[in-house]
Amino acid sequence: MRRAVKFGVVIFPGSNCEQDVIHATRLLGYQSEYIWHGDTDLRGFDAIVLPGGFSYGDYIRTGAVARFSPVMAEVARFAEKGGPVLGVCNGFQILTEAHMLPGALLRNRGLKFICETVPLRVERSACQWVDLAEGAVVNIPINHNEGNYICDAETLARMEDKGQIVLRYCEPDGTRAPGGSAPNGAFDDIAGVCNERGNVFGLMPHPERVCDADANGTDGRPFFTSIAALLAGLAG
Amino acid sequence: MIQDLAPELAPKLAVDLGLNLEEYGKVVAILGRTPSLTELYMYSLMWSEHCSYKHSRKALRMFPTEGPYVLQGPGENAGVISVGDGWAIAFKMESHNHPSAIEPYQGAATGVGGIIRDIFTMGARPIASLDSLRFGSLDKPRQRYLFEGAVAGIGGYGNCLGVPTVGGEVYFEDAYEGNCLINAMSIGLMREENLTLAVAAGPGNVVLLIGSTTGRDGIGGASTLASQEFDEKAEDKRPSVQVGDPFEEKLLIEACLELLQAGLLVGLGDLGAAGLTSSASEMASRGGVGLDIEVTKIPAREQDMKPHEFMVSESQERMLAVVEPEKLEAAQAVCTKWGLRSTVIGAVTDTGRFIVRERGEVVADMPAATLAHDAPMYDPAMTRPDYLDALQTFDPDSLPHPTAPAELGDVLDRLLASPNVCSRQWIYRQYDHQVMLDTLVLPGSDAAVLRIKGTPRAIAVSSDCNGRYCYLDPYVGAQIAFAEAARNVACAGGRPAAITDCLNFGNPEKPEVFWTFHESVRGLSDACKAFGVPVISGNVSFYNESFGKAIYPTPVVGLVGVLEDATKRVTMAFKDAGDVIVLLGETAAELGGSEYLKVVHDMVAGPPPALDLAAEKAVHAALLDAIEAGLVKSAHDCSEGGVAVTLAESCIVGGLGATLALDDDLPAVDSLFSETQGRIVVTCGEADAEALIGVFSGYEVPWSVLGEVGGERLVVEDKLDVSVDVLRAAWGPTLERLVHGETIQSEELREG
Repeated sequence: MRRAVKFGVVIFPGSNCEQDVIHATRLLGYQSEYIWHGDTDLRGFDAIVLPGGFSYGDYIRTGAVARFSPVMAEVARFAEKGGPVLGVCNGFQILTEAHMLPGALLRNRGLKFICETVPLRVERSACQWVDLAEGAVVNIPINHNEGNYICDAETLARMEDKGQIVLRYCEPDGTRAPGGSAPNGAFDDIAGVCNERGNVFGLMPHPERVCDADANGTDGRPFFTSIAALLAGLAG
Repeated sequence: MIQDLAPELAPKLAVDLGLNLEEYGKVVAILGRTPSLTELYMYSLMWSEHCSYKHSRKALRMFPTEGPYVLQGPGENAGVISVGDGWAIAFKMESHNHPSAIEPYQGAATGVGGIIRDIFTMGARPIASLDSLRFGSLDKPRQRYLFEGAVAGIGGYGNCLGVPTVGGEVYFEDAYEGNCLINAMSIGLMREENLTLAVAAGPGNVVLLIGSTTGRDGIGGASTLASQEFDEKAEDKRPSVQVGDPFEEKLLIEACLELLQAGLLVGLGDLGAAGLTSSASEMASRGGVGLDIEVTKIPAREQDMKPHEFMVSESQERMLAVVEPEKLEAAQAVCTKWGLRSTVIGAVTDTGRFIVRERGEVVADMPAATLAHDAPMYDPAMTRPDYLDALQTFDPDSLPHPTAPAELGDVLDRLLASPNVCSRQWIYRQYDHQVMLDTLVLPGSDAAVLRIKGTPRAIAVSSDCNGRYCYLDPYVGAQIAFAEAARNVACAGGRPAAITDCLNFGNPEKPEVFWTFHESVRGLSDACKAFGVPVISGNVSFYNESFGKAIYPTPVVGLVGVLEDATKRVTMAFKDAGDVIVLLGETAAELGGSEYLKVVHDMVAGPPPALDLAAEKAVHAALLDAIEAGLVKSAHDCSEGGVAVTLAESCIVGGLGATLALDDDLPAVDSLFSETQGRIVVTCGEADAEALIGVFSGYEVPWSVLGEVGGERLVVEDKLDVSVDVLRAAWGPTLERLVHGETIQSEELREG
């Protein structure tokens, strides 16, 4: 019998959503284990998740310290070899700081922390972590102080071209408001992006918070089941 | 032993530090000599009102503290209840009013940090926070600054820790203008066998200080800041406010829970008010042992710190552990793994004396138990305030009241737009309320519900207190605080297990203030006894006065209830068109102290609503039976603004209208806006209506079928006819607009 897909969830000092990712992935039937930020051995893991939180307190730019953690060089190597890497919230911030994803995340417009469930529109992308149809709308909580995505116009055009824009904030019906639908002011309503190859994916919303049918919905499940199905197919 | 205080100067310094001369005399009597500087500082902090409860302790003995759920009652860092299958819940509420009134962000943040340390000190993982807040009117820029800063501070700290902030309440009243209230409640979950007490034991064991370095911040926080009234010099006390580092606290939580799990500690205490002095002396006196501490071992963040500064600093994010020498290496390895400093600063002795040294020289030497337990205890004088007669005899019927449905609709809009009633989304949107994935009922309903993973159970939690009622009648007001908390928890499906309280009052040395305190404690105590619900932890905050004027008496109740079956949880939103609306309880003409009287007539007067504890209890029991039988689709209690606001909120949140009649033979204004206690608006599916009424009929409770859910308007026969969209527009954006300095005009709320 083929073994189940195994997720590795990195704990940086100050991570605080690692147990939620573990809960969600195990609930969905996968293996899932913690990886300490000081460890450098990723053998045995099929996919790596950088969870949300406030790594190292995020007292300077979010993610700016965590990218130097010993584990990050291994995560980069894992990604270069095509290994799937997911960054949720602080994990997304770390991936941009590590230049594994384009762009950066600024403080929210309005300078307030925002915790609420928002509608997101799935874009046509190369992302291996999403197999939803283009235009599908999912409702997933955001929970951040720095989720205001920014990149230059050239980068945006390139990302559009290569299918790197994965998720956009939208209205409940999937349309985008003329003045923008992003509650945090994100450029072009961008909520999640991937690298050109599609194996590295970062998003501000927290899919792990909506995987449990007993609590607050299941719209986050596809973000874990897609990659697991892909990995299982590869292992065939 | 150093003698660094001249006998003639010592009493003067004692007074400066907040002791009176009689108390100073007691210190001299205990020591048999003039105290040293360090000793005097330590006694002044430990014998401050904040640390010693010297004015309140006797009154607090009225509280029932035992019950079937209780594992640990008052006296430890937090109370603990058993919730079945070996799981236990630790919880406590505490004030951080004075620091927040000076520096709202850090004051509120460190309030959250302090209470969370109390929880993980017990061996529990913090799983939820609630915050009970009071400010003056948001028309004033200073109040907006305090409100915005406190909310940001609570969020900034709790969000970073990854502990969800799931509930609380806020009121805006002029009485809190000079002295805002920030009460933070933390709830933790643990296995019963991991219950840890803050006890030092085993002479020869080492004392390990874990976490942050020690600086001069927060010196005198508990005495000169928390135990005195505010005046024009308040701003000068800013240096007494601590600064929080939630990242350090997050590491402390993980390291301490790992240390306890691995059985590496004998005892664990947190450094809160009065710093090292407090935690060390309390741990020593509980264990009946002595301590010998060398201050030069304490990692300092500033140069040239004096022994007394080390001993009373309130630098945040520090823990004190007692460790057996053979486990020291393993314990320090856990701290190092989490990037935390840990330093041996002394040892446990069998002398019962608390000895402090600087480079070996003894700078303080006193019986440890005298710091923690020998503070003077007072029986303050009490006088019923004269103003109560005039307030309580005021008859709201003497005022002109609207009668036409259009006017009553306007009143409802204004009530929904009142800062005391309107949506709290602007606040809880800034709090991570979902992390840990256990928040089954999110903020915005009557009580938050948190599941206990791996069990079918959940807890429901609510904090409540209407200070206006307590001002008008502290005995009844305190009972209502309890009743409302229990009612909110019942509306979610929770059976009350225990409470914590945070008793906020003015200067207890004033007989009129102390009377209100005593009456509140008596009222709360009677309510707890009637419900069979014990008080397992709590906090008293006195001296909440500015320029001689006290706040409303504000005994906040934080109640935890248990749902045996988490899937039976209920929220306040109307669910489906056609559902039957039933009012449990019965309305009386009780507009005294109401939100209606305040909003429409700008008055705070009259007798507060009466509370019949037996009737209240029967209403909760009937509701809980119906919920557990799976008959209830929504439940929402009647509080500020009366049944009209209750119905409007259930409509707004559910996105559905309702059509009903209130057949109570009262004037319309009473029928809609009276704040009679013991009432809950319940809905059920049409097919279940008979069964629901059957359950209610089994109790001595009045009930009436009001009408049904549906449509887009809230229609109350002969009294109201308003669109739910208009109600939502009044209720939704108020706080955000007020924070931005806008004023809400009553005309713009009108329909059409």
